[in-house]
Amino acid sequence: MTTLTISHLTKRFDGVTALQDVSFDVAPGERVALLGHNGAGKSTLMKIVLGLIPATSGTVSLMGAVPGSRAARSLAAYLPENVAFHPALTGLEQVRFYLRMQGEPPREALPLLEKVGLGHAAQRRIGTYSKGMRQRVGLAQALIGRPRLMVLDEPTSGLDPVSRRDFYAILDELAGKGAAILLSSHALTEVEARTDRIVILSQGRLRADDTLANLRRKAALPIRLQVTARPDTADSVAGRLSGARRNGVTVDLICPQEEKLARLGQIAGLEGMIEDVEVLPPSLEDLYSHYSRRDGQ
Amino acid sequence: MTRILTAAGAEARIALRNRWVAIAVAMMAVFSMVLSATGSAPTGALGADRLSVTVASLTSLAVYLVPLVALLMAFDAIAGEVERGTLPLVLTYPVSRAELILGKFLAHLGVLALAVAAGYGIAAAAAIWTDPRAQAGLPALVRLGWTSVLLGATFLGIGYALSALARRPGAAAGLAIGLWLVLIVLYDLGLLAAVVADGGGRFTTQVFPWLLLANPADAFRLYNLAASEATAAAAGIGGAAGTISTSLALASVALWPLLALALAILAFRRVTP
Repeated sequence: MTTLTISHLTKRFDGVTALQDVSFDVAPGERVALLGHNGAGKSTLMKIVLGLIPATSGTVSLMGAVPGSRAARSLAAYLPENVAFHPALTGLEQVRFYLRMQGEPPREALPLLEKVGLGHAAQRRIGTYSKGMRQRVGLAQALIGRPRLMVLDEPTSGLDPVSRRDFYAILDELAGKGAAILLSSHALTEVEARTDRIVILSQGRLRADDTLANLRRKAALPIRLQVTARPDTADSVAGRLSGARRNGVTVDLICPQEEKLARLGQIAGLEGMIEDVEVLPPSLEDLYSHYSRRDGQ
Repeated sequence: MTRILTAAGAEARIALRNRWVAIAVAMMAVFSMVLSATGSAPTGALGADRLSVTVASLTSLAVYLVPLVALLMAFDAIAGEVERGTLPLVLTYPVSRAELILGKFLAHLGVLALAVAAGYGIAAAAAIWTDPRAQAGLPALVRLGWTSVLLGATFLGIGYALSALARRPGAAAGLAIGLWLVLIVLYDLGLLAAVVADGGGRFTTQVFPWLLLANPADAFRLYNLAASEATAAAAGIGGAAGTISTSLALASVALWPLLALALAILAFRRVTP
């Protein structure tokens, strides 16, 4: 039983195709990262899932409910990109407002604000808040009423590193309770450590939908070996290993996964000439570029 | 219902903090005081009590001021939310657009009722204090009060509809002022010109009364002037008011708020966040 099922979703705006035949699903407790360039269709996909805009064709089901129906809206929580609130209301009043709209008791507002680290500012107007604080009000409202699906659009933009860590701790707790999480982000390193599965959209098409380990294996991207030579030997090291010298002492070697050991053997043979060697597996950035360019541009 | 009241509560707080409550009440109070002070001269000559005279003046004032205050409060209601980016989030909650609009409407109508009560209360107190006979004019004043609130409700609804159609606060403000100018000022001038040109023909007798009834502001003025003979006498246009039935004018005053709200809800449904 999946929480969110998207099948053959297509969305066109005045002739422009924003999403083309996108299908994937999110299971309870699963944290899925949605990656893509600006304009890849991430926000459009999220708005369709939330029922804010209609799909051109294809279906979306939220535990059997149609997006936009009252049932679906009670199940899903949303944190928009650059979340905004009325500046004249206080944090506490704003969260109480959303609690009542969700049909939950308003007395939960203060505990929710404390949970996101805003207890001290609860009585101040949102107009006086920093961007990071507004983002945390946004998170507080998304936590209302045990949501079964959290849709988070660039949730950590504007948060400092400590707040980001707290934010992911809260997400992990929710996922532990069975909430399905769909989040988009540009901070690839965060996504790498904090999500279970990665969906890559490019130009409205689904390019990848798998775990990070599987994506790495399927892409079979080359490995980079970074050799640090002793002073004055960089040129001869570069010559012998037929690599490219990057600066005074570093030589870069690129090799496919299966040649890694052979290459390391060669490097070990030059023992007297080198200080150190580092093995760099393909980064998430490399993987992301690989998948989002494939049969694209 | 809880959701409507929640929306109303938030909107009332915002109105209070944006000084809309203070501005609306101050506007009505100041204009009522000015009318009370200047409206004292013709009393003896017409034989009407002082409050009835004031009500006649207040009716003319309310026709201009109440729609203006209502439109000023309403124009930002939807366009402002679209501009700030607060609309998509609230629409992901299990609340309907009609509930959101009705909540804003309740709050704004409350502010308007408060302003009307303050303004007319001051006028009544001033009249009764200087002329003991003025109590005779109280029913007319009460009638003016609740019809003013209905007139305000109409223009709140129209303001929301414009706000939803414009989607940008600047454009919505322009549309609101334009609409006020057309319905409140130009409409009457146009009718007047048409009546003069027609010279008592079919237009004046058959079409003109219905055109007056169709405009919520004219219907409001007609009802208030026709319903009170003393007021009509004081205003000097009892004759014009007499040609149209009071109940039809009242029907227009009462139906317009519903029509305007329906328009507002329809226009809001077309907004994609």
